[in-house]
Amino acid sequence: MPRETSRDNMLREKHGKEIDDIISRYPVRRSALLPLLYLAQREQGYVTEAAMKEIAQILKLTPPQVYETITFYTMLNLKPVGKFHIQVCKSLMCALVGSDQLVGWFHAKLGIKPGETTPDKLFTLSVVECLGACGTGPMMQINDDYYERLTEQKVDQILSDLKKTGACPLKSGPFMWPEARSAK
Amino acid sequence: MPKHELILLKNMMTPGYTGSLKDYEKTGGYQALKKVVGKVQPADVTQLVMKSGLRGRGGAGFPTGVKWNFLPKDYKGPKYLCCNADESEPGTFKDRQLMERDPHQVLEGIAIAAYAIGAESSYIYIRGEFVLGAHILDKAVAEAQQAGYLGKNVLGSGANIQIYVHRGAGAYICGEETALLESLEGKRGLPRVKPPFPATSGLYGKPTVVNNVETLANLPHIVNRGPEWFAAIGSAPKSTGTRIFCVSGHVKNPGNYEVPMGITLRELIFEHAGGMRSDKKLKAIIPGGASAPFLTEQHLDVKLDFESVAQAGSMLGSGGVTVMEEGTSMVWAALRLMEFFFHESCGKCSPCREGSSWLTQTVRRILAKRGRMEDIETLKQLCQNIAGRTICAFGDAEVAPIMSTLQYWRHEYEELIREAEAHREKELPMAAARH
Repeated sequence: MPRETSRDNMLREKHGKEIDDIISRYPVRRSALLPLLYLAQREQGYVTEAAMKEIAQILKLTPPQVYETITFYTMLNLKPVGKFHIQVCKSLMCALVGSDQLVGWFHAKLGIKPGETTPDKLFTLSVVECLGACGTGPMMQINDDYYERLTEQKVDQILSDLKKTGACPLKSGPFMWPEARSAK
Repeated sequence: MPKHELILLKNMMTPGYTGSLKDYEKTGGYQALKKVVGKVQPADVTQLVMKSGLRGRGGAGFPTGVKWNFLPKDYKGPKYLCCNADESEPGTFKDRQLMERDPHQVLEGIAIAAYAIGAESSYIYIRGEFVLGAHILDKAVAEAQQAGYLGKNVLGSGANIQIYVHRGAGAYICGEETALLESLEGKRGLPRVKPPFPATSGLYGKPTVVNNVETLANLPHIVNRGPEWFAAIGSAPKSTGTRIFCVSGHVKNPGNYEVPMGITLRELIFEHAGGMRSDKKLKAIIPGGASAPFLTEQHLDVKLDFESVAQAGSMLGSGGVTVMEEGTSMVWAALRLMEFFFHESCGKCSPCREGSSWLTQTVRRILAKRGRMEDIETLKQLCQNIAGRTICAFGDAEVAPIMSTLQYWRHEYEELIREAEAHREKELPMAAARH
């Protein structure tokens, strides 16, 4: 488990109103668990032990109830990840159109294998199961954004844009594919 | 332009359409809700949907109106509607498009369903990765609320219809309706034993309906144009309406294609999706998402409706059609899917939890040319001991890629094993087990 990094009521002090708003959507408090964990993760890039304890307190749960829930879901990080978390889809539909190659490009360009983070803590590479963008593979998700129909050139641009400005115009959405149906 | 009329994708195919409330209203948006709320008895809306023949678009194809009808009639407490936007079935990517490009069409559908079943709170359970989709829906809900289409006393009718967007967090199983409910309650997404079904004991133990995004998006159109109109589209009487098929894999133009149910796989793949991407021939098709057994080029003339695909030995499922060309190793393809199922098994039932691991390891061994002939029998036995022995349909789904590839391409497994046998004597037994 990660070490303590903050005071025990940090989330409430900082996001009290948002937390109340989230809890108000559900007749049973525990339903707010995933949204609150996302909030904690947004704050520090992963869910700290302190955040888990605080959330448990807010929702009147025990810390193990929070922990058992987190460990079921792959999108909640229990350990710090790089500033940009690259998640490459490796399921069959993407694999058919070159997702293994995509992982290879990252290895060549960043020197990291799946599960590793670059020494400058900028990029973490993960391979994940289906992200629901099978018609536009190979694809990946970096933090909140999808990048689809990837080529080596696009990957180069995305990496350099992210390093320079922290954002990249190649991210996709609102999604539609094919874009417009031309004469058939 | 396509020969048939688009229903669900029509708006977004119009140049300049942004999916805003204004744009949606211009196309006749929320007219169906106006027609229904406070004017038609909720039970009559259910009747209308039953008459249309609408069936669930999420995978199981259960008749929507019948599902609604299972709710206890004289129940006084809260009831819930959940829109299943988990879209986690590999091969499927239609709901994302519906939500990101035309969110109000989905919201109007939810509002109609919520009114019909008497749910004051509805939750859209959207897969966690769709951050943009959740954001777009949140914005659309706020817009619709301001315009009086959602919220308290909708359109002055006295009906309360609240919609909340709830993000999942990356678990395939949460697309299974009872796992979705568990997850929405803030727990691990483990499917529940049924009965009781969600209709009687769902979210927080209250009567609940779970419907897929595409299913709900059909409702405004059914209300506006009548159940007879809807029932006349597609493959009557059992597969009515259109389907958005998500074509992926080795085709020229992968993507979402809305077509009437009942067109053939050949038409979908070769006319709509542009045919194969190269001059390699078609080898295999998965017609309904990763849980559907593989089909071959022999099945190209199978009609895409629930019954025909089932008769061909597979299932229409979620509408995710994946095409593979000649040269694709079927053992490799089966392994990729098996790895997915192994990763996503929730662990509640032993046959699925242990079986997915065994299946994955056995196929991996065969692909690595370390298999033995008896492995094929092992695979079959494992499959027989998983399918039908778990509390949700995941068990049946995970054996589909193995059983079907063994059925049509057993020789590919055997070839790999024969290669393994040819150089087996040279190996030291312990060292061999390592790699």
